Amino acid sequence: MEVAIFAGMALVAALSGLLVILQRHAVYSALFLIIAMGALAGIYITLEAHFVWAVQVLVYAGAIMVLFVFVIMLLNPPREEPRWAWFDLRRIALAGVLAVVLLGELLLVLVRGHTPGGAPVPPGFGSTEQVGRLLFTDFLFPFEVTSIILLVAIVGAMVLAKGHYGK
Amino acid sequence: MSAFDLIAMLVKIGVVFGALLLTVAYMTWLERKVIADLQVRIGPMRVGPFGLLQPIADGIKLFFKEDLMPGQVDRTLFLLAPALSIIPALIAFAVIPFGDTTTLFGLLPQPVPLRLTDVNVGVLYVFGITSLGVYGIVLAGWSSNNKYALLGGLRASAQMVSYELSMSLSVVGTLLLTGSLSLVEIVRAQTGIAWWLGVLPVPNWFAFSQPLGFAIFLACALAETNRAPFDLPEAETELVAGFHSEYSSMKFAMFFMAEYANMVTASAMATTLFLGGWLGPIGPSPVWFLGKVFLMLFVFIWVRATLPRFRYDQLMHFGWKVLLPLAFVNTIVTAVFAALGRH
Repeated sequence: MEVAIFAGMALVAALSGLLVILQRHAVYSALFLIIAMGALAGIYITLEAHFVWAVQVLVYAGAIMVLFVFVIMLLNPPREEPRWAWFDLRRIALAGVLAVVLLGELLLVLVRGHTPGGAPVPPGFGSTEQVGRLLFTDFLFPFEVTSIILLVAIVGAMVLAKGHYGK
Repeated sequence: MSAFDLIAMLVKIGVVFGALLLTVAYMTWLERKVIADLQVRIGPMRVGPFGLLQPIADGIKLFFKEDLMPGQVDRTLFLLAPALSIIPALIAFAVIPFGDTTTLFGLLPQPVPLRLTDVNVGVLYVFGITSLGVYGIVLAGWSSNNKYALLGGLRASAQMVSYELSMSLSVVGTLLLTGSLSLVEIVRAQTGIAWWLGVLPVPNWFAFSQPLGFAIFLACALAETNRAPFDLPEAETELVAGFHSEYSSMKFAMFFMAEYANMVTASAMATTLFLGGWLGPIGPSPVWFLGKVFLMLFVFIWVRATLPRFRYDQLMHFGWKVLLPLAFVNTIVTAVFAALGRH
C-alpha cells in the first residue's frame, strides 16, 4: 500500500516536473510546478512527516507559487512559439554537462546514503515538536544562516527596485 | 478499523457534507435577510414562508441558466478554475471538531467522536488547504482573457498572500498557550472558567486571553474570504464583477458556493480557536458549536452591511503595516508570558 502510494506520487511528481519545462505558456508551467509540489507533499506523508507536509503545502504550493503566478500574470508573457534548436551545439553541451553532474550526484547519494530498509520509525518522528526541537538545537546555525540569506535577497531586491523606480 | 467505525465514519462524512452545503445555500438567505433588516427593508418574502425557499429557487434557476463559454477564453483553465475554487473550500472542513462524543441518546453501542478526523497538525492543515483556494480565483481571472477579470485575479492573489501571513501569526499565541496544533486539543484547553482581568468570571476561551489575536484573526478571515470590506477582487464599481465577470450558470454558482463555504470554514476556525469550539455549560455539544458558528457568520454579514470597501493601497497598508506588526507583538508578548508561566 505504502509503496503503491509512493510510486504514484513519485510518478506524478516526475511527470509534472517534465511537463513544467514542456509547456509553451508560463502559467501552465507554474500549474504543473504546483502539482509537482503537491506530489512531493504526498511523499512526505508516506514518510510520516506531517509537519513537513503542512509546510510544503502552506509555503511552497500555497504562498511561493501564488507569487509566481502573480508575477506571471502581471507581466502576462505571450505564448512562446517553438524555436527548434536541435543543432545549437552550445546548448546541447551545457545541458549534457549539467545532466552528467546531476546523474553523478544522484548515484553518489544512492550508493552512499543507502540504509538497510525496514528500520522502524522512532515514536514521535516527524512531529511538530521534534522538527522544532531539531531546528533550534542541531540545525540552529543552518536555520539562522538561511534566514540571513533570505534577508539579503529581500534587501537586494529592494535596492534594485529603488534604483529602477526611485529618484 | 471495525465495521462500526467504518459506517460511523461514512455517516459522519455524509452529514457534515450535507450540513455544509445546506449552510452554504441558506447563508445566501440569511445574508439577504440580515442585510435587509439592517437597511430597514424586508428582504426575500415571496418564495415560501419568510422567503425560506428562496435558496432552492435560486439554485434551480442557476442550474437552468445558459452556460456561456466566451470565445476568447483559455478553455482548460476556464473549466478548471471553479472546481479549483470549491474543492479546497469543502475539504478544509475535514479536521474541524464539531462536538465532543455522542452515543445518540444511548442508541449506539460505543461513543462516537464528533469530528471527521483529528490530525496532529490540524491548524496547519486548514491554513494549507485554504491557501490553495486562491488558485481558483486567480486562474479564473487569467483564463477569462478579460482585463477586469485579470485585475480581479491579481488583486485576489496579492491580497490573500498578504493576509495569510497575519492570519497564521495571529493564532500562534493560541498555539503557544495550548502546546498543540491539534484542533481537538485546542478546544479541550479552553475548558473551565477564567477570571478576566482578575474580577470578571468568563469561560476560559482564547477570545478572552488572546483578544488581540482574535481581532487580527477576524480581520484576516474577512480578507481571506474576499468579503466586504476586503472584496476588492470583485469590486463591482470598478471591475464589473472582477474575477468571475465571464462566468455564468453553475460555474458562477460554484465560485459563490466556494466563497460561502470559506466563510463557514473561517467561522468554524474562529469558533474552534477562540470561542471554545463545542464547549458549553449544558446541552448537546454540536448545538453549541453551531450556535457559535452562526454567531460568527452573522458578524461576517454585519460587517458587510456596516463598512465600505477599502481602497487598494489602504488594504495593503492595513495588512502589512498594521496587522502584521500587531500579530508579531501578540506572539512575542504571549511567548514571554507562556515562558514565565512555565517556570
